Amino acid sequence: MSDQLYQERIVTLAKSKTGAGKLATPTKSARRDNPLCGDRVTIDVRLDGQERIAEIAHQVRGCLLCQASAAALASVAVGRDKSGIAEIRHDAERALGREAGEAGEPFAAFAPVKDHKSRQECVLLPFEALQDALA
Amino acid sequence: MAGTHIMSFDVASVRRQFPILSEIIDGRPIHYLDNGASAQTPLAVIDAVRTYETTGRANVLRGVHRLAERATESYEGAREEVARFLGVKPMEIVFTGGCTAAINLVAYSYGSLLKPGDRILLSELEHHSNIVPWQLLRQRSGVELDMIPVTLDGRIDLDTLPKLLTPRTKLISLAHISNVTGALLDVRSVVAAAEQVGAKVMLDGAQRAPHGPLDLPALGIDFYVFAGHKAYGPNGIGVLWAKPELLEAMPPFHGGGSMIGRVTLAETTWAPPPRRFEAGTPPIGPAIGLGAACKWMAGLDWTAAHAHEMALVQRLMDGLQTVDGTHLFGPAGLQDRYPVVSFTLDGVHPHDVAQTLDAFGVAVRAGHHCAQPLMERFDLDGTTRVSIAPYNDNSDIDALLTGVQHAARTLR
Repeated sequence: MSDQLYQERIVTLAKSKTGAGKLATPTKSARRDNPLCGDRVTIDVRLDGQERIAEIAHQVRGCLLCQASAAALASVAVGRDKSGIAEIRHDAERALGREAGEAGEPFAAFAPVKDHKSRQECVLLPFEALQDALA
Repeated sequence: MAGTHIMSFDVASVRRQFPILSEIIDGRPIHYLDNGASAQTPLAVIDAVRTYETTGRANVLRGVHRLAERATESYEGAREEVARFLGVKPMEIVFTGGCTAAINLVAYSYGSLLKPGDRILLSELEHHSNIVPWQLLRQRSGVELDMIPVTLDGRIDLDTLPKLLTPRTKLISLAHISNVTGALLDVRSVVAAAEQVGAKVMLDGAQRAPHGPLDLPALGIDFYVFAGHKAYGPNGIGVLWAKPELLEAMPPFHGGGSMIGRVTLAETTWAPPPRRFEAGTPPIGPAIGLGAACKWMAGLDWTAAHAHEMALVQRLMDGLQTVDGTHLFGPAGLQDRYPVVSFTLDGVHPHDVAQTLDAFGVAVRAGHHCAQPLMERFDLDGTTRVSIAPYNDNSDIDALLTGVQHAARTLR
């Protein structure tokens, strides 16, 4: 049921808007669209000398799940490089039931999306955009 | 008077003909308001398909055995039903795989008669299926596309026609009813303007056909397309109607069995329409189902049914206005519109509205509705769309309004 989908943790994450906005001088940017639902995420990153994320910002034109995921990602992205982001993506995939194992925080919050396959791409879209930016 | 018709329209008896409407999911009845995406299907259609599959299943037009004859008779009978529904002759009806397939057929086949520099006029509110086939044609053959803008209340702005039409405009292809705003096209004005430059007119009737029989010759148009599954019929079937002289002039789209006159290894001649455009084994069962759907629709009192649908639209609009932060996207009143209503809710994404509504047993569509250029034009992330059929009732609208209020309370 959708009431169970929109649990307080997800709503809180979305409302936190952590990292929402643009960077003045991003090192890299990428935009990803979900052609099925029209969700759109643009991610800016500023990288340090070791290709690690020093600063991140996102603009989401999408649903609450996408906003919550972008906020969660922004809250843990700083200090990570490409492989570090790939690593935390596993947490999101685990929360969605796409991979075995227990999801780490903050992505464990997305466990209610496990039963809503049509919405799982909404959670993963910010990862796709960030991974494009880091590619 | 609308009120008289509302009183005379027996929605309960219509509902009883749709088995799925009595389903209970997670303890809740179904409030199906996603008819613009796919309508439900009545017993008359299910029975017709079942009769074909259980008593007359065979290929059409080829066999001499009795089952083949039964199948052919049913298939051609369906063509007659569809033709009657549209007010045209059966041999002018081409069965296709869907509405999109029908538009692609015209874009490919009629499009092959066009020359580089010829122009096709569309609008900003078209469904992707009435944009992309023309873009593909542009890539193939060098035709140019022009776009009619949309007014703030979600109508195709026909005031701009004189500026947009040129002697090179060969075709105007527009939605009869917008699948996003529900606005009804002023067909008469389009046809009159087209005649000034000798352009043909095609209407995408996907959202109109589910609301009752048509008189296509009276509209003065050249091509009409619609989908079976939105008109209470099966999936995998659509219809192209075109004036016979146009069908006669058009080359085939697909090659294969059935569409030939004579095949030699050196060359092939084409069958006359409609078979020229029905290569291979057609979707026989779905066509028979669509024939039954057209017959079913023709049996409804559409004056009463439409008044009933529009009374539901009014109830919906009145109810949405009581929820803080809702905005209707489309015509504000009931004039020249059909029961497709889009709205947005401040601070809540349409997908989250739709997901919340699902928890109340309410099925709607949310997003860009395959009309991304329209969303772009109005800088919208999407809308929540309510699309109504004659079997909907007040309880459907009230459940939706309860869900929207809940979304407004909990998600922002």
